[in-house]
Amino acid sequence: MGILKINHLLGLEGVSQNDLITILDTANSFRQILERPVKKVPTLRGKTIANLFFENSTRTRVSFELAEKRLSADTVNFSASGSSVSKGETLKDTVRNIEAMKIDMVVCRHSSPGAAKYLTECLDSVIINAGDGSHEHPTQGLLDIMTLREKLGDLEGKKIAIVGDIAFGRVALSNIYGLKTLGADVMVCGPSTLIPRNIEELGVKVSYRVEEAIEFADALNVLRIQLERQNGTGLFPTLREYNRFFGVSKERLKINPDVLILHPGPINRGVELDSDVADGNSSVILEQVTNGVAVRMAVLYLLSGGQEVTDEQI
Amino acid sequence: MNNKFEYLLVKNAKLIESGETVDFVVKGDKIDSIGSVETSDFQGETWDVEGKTVACGLIDMHVHFREPGQEHKETLHTGSEASKAGGFTSACCMPNTKPTIDNEQIVSFIKEKSKNEITNIYPIGAISQDRKGAVLAEIAEMVEAGAVAISDDGSCTMNSELVRYALEYSKMYGIPVITHAEDHGLTRGACMNEGLVSTKLGLKGWPSIAEDIIVAREILLSEFTGGKMHIAHTSTKGSVELVRRGKEKGINITCEVTPHHFTLTDEAVLGYDTNAKMCPPLREQKDVEALIQGLKDGTVDVIATDHAPHHIDDKDVDFPNAAMGITGLEVAIGIVGKHLVETGILDWKQALAKISTNPRKILNLEMPKIKVGSKAEFTILDLDKGWTYDVSKTLSKSKNCPYNGWEMKGFVNGVVNKGMFWKANN
Repeated sequence: MGILKINHLLGLEGVSQNDLITILDTANSFRQILERPVKKVPTLRGKTIANLFFENSTRTRVSFELAEKRLSADTVNFSASGSSVSKGETLKDTVRNIEAMKIDMVVCRHSSPGAAKYLTECLDSVIINAGDGSHEHPTQGLLDIMTLREKLGDLEGKKIAIVGDIAFGRVALSNIYGLKTLGADVMVCGPSTLIPRNIEELGVKVSYRVEEAIEFADALNVLRIQLERQNGTGLFPTLREYNRFFGVSKERLKINPDVLILHPGPINRGVELDSDVADGNSSVILEQVTNGVAVRMAVLYLLSGGQEVTDEQI
Repeated sequence: MNNKFEYLLVKNAKLIESGETVDFVVKGDKIDSIGSVETSDFQGETWDVEGKTVACGLIDMHVHFREPGQEHKETLHTGSEASKAGGFTSACCMPNTKPTIDNEQIVSFIKEKSKNEITNIYPIGAISQDRKGAVLAEIAEMVEAGAVAISDDGSCTMNSELVRYALEYSKMYGIPVITHAEDHGLTRGACMNEGLVSTKLGLKGWPSIAEDIIVAREILLSEFTGGKMHIAHTSTKGSVELVRRGKEKGINITCEVTPHHFTLTDEAVLGYDTNAKMCPPLREQKDVEALIQGLKDGTVDVIATDHAPHHIDDKDVDFPNAAMGITGLEVAIGIVGKHLVETGILDWKQALAKISTNPRKILNLEMPKIKVGSKAEFTILDLDKGWTYDVSKTLSKSKNCPYNGWEMKGFVNGVVNKGMFWKANN
């Protein structure tokens, strides 16, 4: 078996520090490949990976697909629209049919929390969670952490603030778990209606003032504010009001101008993040995207049983 | 096998009240005589229960038997069989069937269809037509046909005016209104208790106040109308405290708890086990403690299972899409024995009252007694016997039960009811 303790990547909760460091170090090695003229290695030749996206996604799906192709795996893509799902097939039947076509790994995005865990009960394949509802999005957490380590070095004692929709953002939970395991000091910040109950029991600070988060942090991970959250009674009144009180702007950053700016995308410019900040010198948003491919290559490689990466392999 | 008899001699039966051991003869559905009978002269069946306890037949005042409409989950027959296996001689079935039990014809259908079962099946009619919460159902006609209570269980009757009228109207017939306390505005999309565990699992939470708010309303409505309000599946600390205060004020309210709400917490959902998904959801340790305190001090009148059978296809799915509810009839007595009696919270007499005599008082049902001329409806129990639940042997049509493999205390040896007896395999 591989050198990781985990057999699937369902979330960053409970993933050991050793496993995290192994994935991140491996990702650093793969990162070099992406800078070469020929961006491909034969590491996963002969392996077949199914990308099952039951929910819309552009960047995560493309990133996984590229990571798979860089490793020479065969890939098959499935998206919910126009698929058997619309014909009333159950999730279990859908995935078991795809597995019966002989695949090795499954990358899954689904709107239900726990969907990836459920697939481990239905299938023999290795499962990688590419986002399960409001639960976790572990490869996003890993790519955020990889980017933070690149810029800040060892994260022990580093101060990271996650700003925005904490209650419905799977990115927040994965970041919290991964960052806490690596010893970072984590704050979550947003309107009180977007901060879930008891979150402080996960060992994070809570703030309802973005200025406080900016002042606290070495890096701000600014999460997308989703328009659809306003449905019904509305968890906050308007996007305009959100921007007035929680938007990360140049003006607000004056109290800590060097703070790193991360964002998992897609950005709502002028809502959670102003354009001059998103495109400014402290923004590492596009590096996150590049690291995303490297981190996914590392996860795929290690979960398929890969050992420590040697120079010959890359 | 259910055995019909004309005369049944029960020998060496220990009475729960006095502790004495007696022999008695049942003729059909009545106690015919008490005292020793010359066995050689006796023409009929004999059952020597060898000193086991004979208790007033257990009654579960909250079950879902799914018929009509969802017979792939349970039928009146399989529901009756699961009842007897759990020692229940009577069960009250909730009206969220397809079609809804909201008229005299469906009440009569259930009575007629279940008349030869060993379990008495008492229909509960809907409060509102099709349980939609808009217009009162034909309550008087349903009562005439045999409905013992009204409830829109499964959903909450949100219109307070309608609940007011239901309480006033049902008062004429002496039946209780049973409320499913859930403010739906606070529970949209929710699939578990709101708290640390829901935060960790990314699941939409069902806050405890969604129950408390309605319980408070029901108590006020009951006080205002003088109607009889029974609160189904009480799950929160707040509800217990409200009911306690209401009772202190002399308001006509009663409440029930389920075995799962006083033995499990929301931590059972970790790992996304769909057999830990129910409505109301499993709560927190403080709630479990409050329910137990309520059972102890009498705030909680009744233990009912909310037996909610579901087909595997409804449970073997991702958590948010899974059906809510678990089966409970067969484990109730064993859980009560293990978690309430063995732990010293209640003695058997107090515990059995909550699943036999108390519900009958609330529902105005005839009380079975070991007394000449009384209704012969009783359960034979080995109160000291430990056993382990094996869901694969269930008599229910469904297996959605989180108690598989749990240690139980208090074994059902059989039941006698409606001129029939059933003996369990030891």
